[in-house]
Amino acid sequence: MTFYGYKRPDGRVGVRNHILILPASVCASDTTRIVASQVTGAVTFNNQNGCSQVGSDQQLTMDVMAGYAANPNVYGTVVISLGCENCQMDLVVKAIQERTNKPLKQVIIQEAGGTLKAIEQAVRYAKEMAAEASILQREEFPISELIIGTECGGSDPTSGLAANPLIGQLSDLLVQHNSTSVLSETTEFIGGEHLLAARAANKEVHDRIYEIVHRYEKALQLVGEEVREGNPSPGNKAGGLTTLEEKSLGCIHKGGHTPVNAVYDYAKQLNKEEGLVIMDTPGNDPSSVAAMVAGGCQIVVFSTGRGTPTGNPIAPVIKITGNRITYANMVDNIDVDASPVIYGPKTLEQLGDELLDLVVKVANGQQTKAESLGYTEMAIARVCNYV
Amino acid sequence: MLNAMIIDAKDDVVVAIEPIKAGDEVNYMLDGQVQTLKAVTDVTIYHKLARHDIKKGDMVSKYGQHIGMAACDIKMGEHVHTHNIESKREDLHD
Repeated sequence: MTFYGYKRPDGRVGVRNHILILPASVCASDTTRIVASQVTGAVTFNNQNGCSQVGSDQQLTMDVMAGYAANPNVYGTVVISLGCENCQMDLVVKAIQERTNKPLKQVIIQEAGGTLKAIEQAVRYAKEMAAEASILQREEFPISELIIGTECGGSDPTSGLAANPLIGQLSDLLVQHNSTSVLSETTEFIGGEHLLAARAANKEVHDRIYEIVHRYEKALQLVGEEVREGNPSPGNKAGGLTTLEEKSLGCIHKGGHTPVNAVYDYAKQLNKEEGLVIMDTPGNDPSSVAAMVAGGCQIVVFSTGRGTPTGNPIAPVIKITGNRITYANMVDNIDVDASPVIYGPKTLEQLGDELLDLVVKVANGQQTKAESLGYTEMAIARVCNYV
Repeated sequence: MLNAMIIDAKDDVVVAIEPIKAGDEVNYMLDGQVQTLKAVTDVTIYHKLARHDIKKGDMVSKYGQHIGMAACDIKMGEHVHTHNIESKREDLHD
């Protein structure tokens, strides 16, 4: 099975051809928004972080920034920093260059002489990149080049009954085709971690699964908080999910049935052709999706019970619901109706084959609903408060 | 008409796949046989109901796994949700 993608100089293959205008901190985020609005083909995001962060938090921010620039859906990156933030330009550039050799330009607002001069410089760099990017042609590649992220958000009991088993079916198919499938959301392993650990490919992976779950619970307890505060959410409960354990047991269906081959920390570089792997991310959707995209996922498959418009600046997000009422209610936002898993007549196997076909079409360039509506919200995980 | 489903034969609860009213017959399929019980409360679509009596303090299963502990006695056919079961962290380390 093959798709048509963009070959990058670092050897990876993208399914989109964006120019990333990357804000090194919150203080550059309005500037990147203005720059991106001037350049067809440019994307950006609101980086709330990048300054006044403790070391471990700054590392999460750096990994997301570097990972976004390295994501193969990005042709090249213009980094914009204010100049005085903790995520200094040289650190950001070094982190990006450790991951990729793609085109990279830098603009420092304080050195450029303020907003207007920085914007002009950055727009010129970005337009030049966009012109180069527009000449690139898609080429045919095996789907083993794809790294697919999986996520669930606004879950209800249909997520565990239909949409997540369908994503699990897709995951099993991807693994058969030697692709990589990523299971995320550590907080939503709680109560089901033993089922994942039992599928670990080796003892190291087995121990790491317990480690990331216990580490997450402990981190919250250290500041006197409990992971069950706010999870399940009011919407989860209104939908019929009662406890975090129930939510988790539905969530982990996204990982299908194959062995878990590796566990990655938040936003670290993922490998292709690795089968099913786990990334340690929050249950919070925008920050979990951001981490997988920073890891190199070209496409994210996202289940929802209550319905959500969410997307991502860099990776297409395919939305799936198992709730027939939600599908009818939010058809403008949701790509796939998985309710036949519950009601028939289609089988899980048929729907899985159709979903894999859709993933290939989206890889070839077909817009998801979140893309067509322009949804790009995202977040970066944090361990503690700003300093 | 099937208006509920069971996920695992070990489960204490079934999931309503249609809106269910108190007094309705609840039908779900288990091992190729239709099982029937009577709903004693209303159950919102996709919420859970008990498929047998559950005693206070018993662990409650869905997906063949524990999803929480009964906070009070729960009758067969009763809506099962936050008002009668609560989360209980278990040591799942093997």
